[in-house]
Amino acid sequence: MYVAVKGGERAIDNAHRLLDHARRGDPAVPEITPAQIDEQLALAVDRVMAEGSLYDRDLAALAIKQSRGDLIEAIFLVRAFRTTLPRFGASEPVDSGAMRIERRVSATYKDLPGGQVLGPTFDYTHRLVDFALAAGVSPPEPATAGQGEAIDAPHVTGLLDDEGLIEVNPGAQADHPVGDLTREPLEFPAGRDLRLQNLARGDEGFLLALGYSTQRGFGRTHPFVGEIRFGEVEVAFTPEELGFPVSLGRVALTECEMVTQFAGTAEVAPQFTRGYGLVFGQSERKAMSMALVDRALRTREFGEDVVAPAQDEEFVLSHSDNVQATGFVEHLKLPHYVDFQAELGLVRQLRREHAERAAAKASDAAAHREAAE
Amino acid sequence: MNAPMTAGYNFAYLDEQTKRMIRRAILKAIAIPGYQVPFASREMPMPYGWGTGGVQVTAAVIGEHDVLKVIDQGSDDTTNAVSIRKFFARTAGVATTTSTADATVIQTRHRIPEAPLTEDQILVYQVPIPEPLRFLEPRETETRTMHALEEYGLMHVKLYEDIARHGHIATTYAYPVKVNGRYLMDASPTPKFDNPKMHLSPALQLFGAGREKRIYALPPYTQVVSLDFEDHPFEVNRFDKPCALCAAHGVYLDEVVLDDRGGRMFVCSDTDFCETRRAEGHRGEMLADTPADGGAA
Repeated sequence: MYVAVKGGERAIDNAHRLLDHARRGDPAVPEITPAQIDEQLALAVDRVMAEGSLYDRDLAALAIKQSRGDLIEAIFLVRAFRTTLPRFGASEPVDSGAMRIERRVSATYKDLPGGQVLGPTFDYTHRLVDFALAAGVSPPEPATAGQGEAIDAPHVTGLLDDEGLIEVNPGAQADHPVGDLTREPLEFPAGRDLRLQNLARGDEGFLLALGYSTQRGFGRTHPFVGEIRFGEVEVAFTPEELGFPVSLGRVALTECEMVTQFAGTAEVAPQFTRGYGLVFGQSERKAMSMALVDRALRTREFGEDVVAPAQDEEFVLSHSDNVQATGFVEHLKLPHYVDFQAELGLVRQLRREHAERAAAKASDAAAHREAAE
Repeated sequence: MNAPMTAGYNFAYLDEQTKRMIRRAILKAIAIPGYQVPFASREMPMPYGWGTGGVQVTAAVIGEHDVLKVIDQGSDDTTNAVSIRKFFARTAGVATTTSTADATVIQTRHRIPEAPLTEDQILVYQVPIPEPLRFLEPRETETRTMHALEEYGLMHVKLYEDIARHGHIATTYAYPVKVNGRYLMDASPTPKFDNPKMHLSPALQLFGAGREKRIYALPPYTQVVSLDFEDHPFEVNRFDKPCALCAAHGVYLDEVVLDDRGGRMFVCSDTDFCETRRAEGHRGEMLADTPADGGAA
């Protein structure tokens, strides 16, 4: 028994010591360092930063080591650290148009200003296990473009915008600061700022499934990948005492702009609509899923009926957070025996009453038979 | 101070700004008994669903001279109770106890202590789903409107359907209560056995739901009425036998499976209550069969 006994305190300490031991594994195998995780499992670090909503590669790498590679556990560690950090303000909005592009592809135009830049991608690789990798190989030097000039790549949706073919992105509103669901409880209906924040922190797998469901007909949005871009952008902050922005450094971002189902009325000329995804690090799967779900959640805005799960704001936003989800699912392993005892008592009582009724019915029937004989 | 505070963290883990925010929510909750106040729940270093709401409420109300007791399923020795007690011993350096009478703040999951509470005590509940109407109507937007309009017919229909189907109200824990004649409130998943203890309790009762970001409260001496019907009055769970260790009647018992041949014993769920009675000399029928110190079974 794991609860009814005394000595829970020592059992917990021992369980944690065993965990530390299991984490280390066979001592004959060299111990992994956070730097190795950061460099060689970089996409895991990206995911932990994105869903942990804290941009700190070293911390995320350490969290992955501490969690034995359980990424949701690592995300939880990062979140619990993040919540203790003081807030001294919000940065200026980052300019993804000025991104130092490492990868940029568009599915809507064959060629466009800035070009298609494939960058480091699994796309088009044959998924054959590379047994040479097990022994460790030095990869060949990557090819370079030559000049090393920054790529000037305007947003694809900007090109559509010039023709009025796509809805105009709302600009920043000085009197309506961007919300923060980690500081104020989320209330419904939520604005798009809070929805996007929720999705950016949301579980990759959950958003992937929801985005996929819209493609299979549960809330179709006819999406085109206007553009996916990945690279570093500069983050600037304006300290009150200075009054002008200073650069804090750069963060790597993946941005996806979906061009989706056009809308229009007798009064308003038809225009494409937008779905938007933005994620820390490199994760096209997450950025694309986020953009699909963002558009699906705008259903009401376009006067369409909410008929599919991905369009249902309460359903999506209440269940996207994997730290919340894993906590509540896993809390079922905590003791519930006083409640179970109450249910046991009731079911026993109901069964006893059921048996008494059945017995009474049987003796009634027997009495009838005797009377008839 | 009987334990060092954890370096780099504020007293009781949360920063003072966050505590002020939680205290404002608690004050509002006390002002409107049974009303669920949204609050900006923080991420805590333990998982959601494991008491983060209760921990935040406790962190917001506890002071350095408080004495903390933490129970889960009525017991001080269940794993999660141990973990939360250690958390506050470490981050706040407060004194802890297993004695109900000695505690000034009691954090609980699923039970209310058997010993009567006093005006000098605060009972903090860990709440998983604060919305009593949630399983009848999953949408927050709908249930908030229902509370605003005091539209609780749906719950009465549910209880009526239980009677029609089973002959009894088939809710045995998290049994809905009406607070101060106004708000329908989830009693948290305590067995309905404990509902009468909430009624007119001298202690302040605070409920924290971290994942759902809600706080609600019962000020001392608040009316708490379990829903029922005239012809099907509310009844608490009953046990056929007294506690096998301390012979207490009229307390909530846990069923302990002794063997695979149907052997069972029933013992107090409230371990402090049971130990206190045994120390006073009360002896249950199976006391001789268990180690005298109540040690490892």
